Amino acid sequence: MADQSVAKTEKKKEALFSKKNMKVLTNPLSENNPITFQVLGICSALAVTVQMRTALVMALAVTAVVASSNVLISMLRKQIPSKIRIIVELAVIATLVILVDQILKAYLFDISKQLSVFVGLIITNCIIMGRAEAFALQNKPWPSFLDGIGNGLGYGWILMSVATVREILGSGSFLGFRVIPESLYAAGYENMGLMLLAPGAFIILGLLVWIQRTITKTVHE
Amino acid sequence: MLEHYLSLFVKSVFVENILLAFFLGMCSFLAVSKKVETSVGLGMAVIFVMTITTPANWFVHEYLLKEGALDWVSASFASVDLSFLGFVTYIAIIAAMVQLVEMVLDRYSPKLYTALGIFLPLIAVNCAILGASLFMVERHYNFGESVVFGLGSGIGWALAIVAMAAIRHKLRYSNIPVGLRGLGITMLMTGLMSMAFMIFSGIQL
Repeated sequence: MADQSVAKTEKKKEALFSKKNMKVLTNPLSENNPITFQVLGICSALAVTVQMRTALVMALAVTAVVASSNVLISMLRKQIPSKIRIIVELAVIATLVILVDQILKAYLFDISKQLSVFVGLIITNCIIMGRAEAFALQNKPWPSFLDGIGNGLGYGWILMSVATVREILGSGSFLGFRVIPESLYAAGYENMGLMLLAPGAFIILGLLVWIQRTITKTVHE
Repeated sequence: MLEHYLSLFVKSVFVENILLAFFLGMCSFLAVSKKVETSVGLGMAVIFVMTITTPANWFVHEYLLKEGALDWVSASFASVDLSFLGFVTYIAIIAAMVQLVEMVLDRYSPKLYTALGIFLPLIAVNCAILGASLFMVERHYNFGESVVFGLGSGIGWALAIVAMAAIRHKLRYSNIPVGLRGLGITMLMTGLMSMAFMIFSGIQL
């Protein structure tokens, strides 16, 4: 009912948060998660998850870039010749990433130093390219925007889960605050150094994928 | 001098393997490592392109983008700093280089061209390639170092993907829990592999 009345007032336009659009937004969070199901954007998911702070900033940066690149490419979709679309997409994405990089350098300089090359590597993050190719080239700007936000958040929550486990087990802290009490260290507990290194990231993500696929009962070969 | 280059080479192939220590190029690593032959093809293409693009981007950075790099044009440009244009320039150089390599190979070595086939265009969006260029800039390598680093990183990446393809080939016959099949087990295997590569750390030649 609500959908119909909104549709009437907007004259044939689809409602902003119609069921279909909501699905576009929420699908990437679980059933069609960019990392665990579409297997996109793994590189940065692993590299920035040693600490919660870097993971948070990276998730926000990627969400901003994927949403705005989706909108831009969707608006340009009728102008872009299909033969050179990859280059056009790369140019759009690279420009947006430069903006994000400059903003990070200006306001969050220490985090931008920690993220080092991984801000630049958002350009080749397959999520952004993948969404532009798979969604934005066929859809209107508003659904593309929602799709971008959805995929950014879907990417973000995986990033945060991995970062939470790695930071708590690896450095005994969360967002920089100590969560494992001193008494435990006195009793002989030690931080798990492996979590700070590359293998820890791979193994945590592998386990996370296992858990999620068992819950949603999806089988991929 | 030679030892320095040798050390950098070993470091970029084994100790700081671009895939297993910096997670670069994971997407194509996961997608293409199902068969040994295809992963050898992609590995060769990556070595080839990386060895060319890293020094190419070094030139661009050194003579166009770095602060004061435009000094050779005229002294009045000495204070121009274009390094914020880095990302868009490097990716454009990489895409152009890949196209160029494709055309040159097609003309002079059709055999290699058909062997690398569809992998060449894919390489433009492989993050390992862009990553190598960005690391080269961040670590202030000189020309020789950037060639060695590009070559080494390419070989390291190829080594990892071929090893992974061989392991996955064997995995086909094992009984893996349903949810873990595909991406899950591959990530766990990569974790173990990267642990194995860690034994090289601390090696200095």
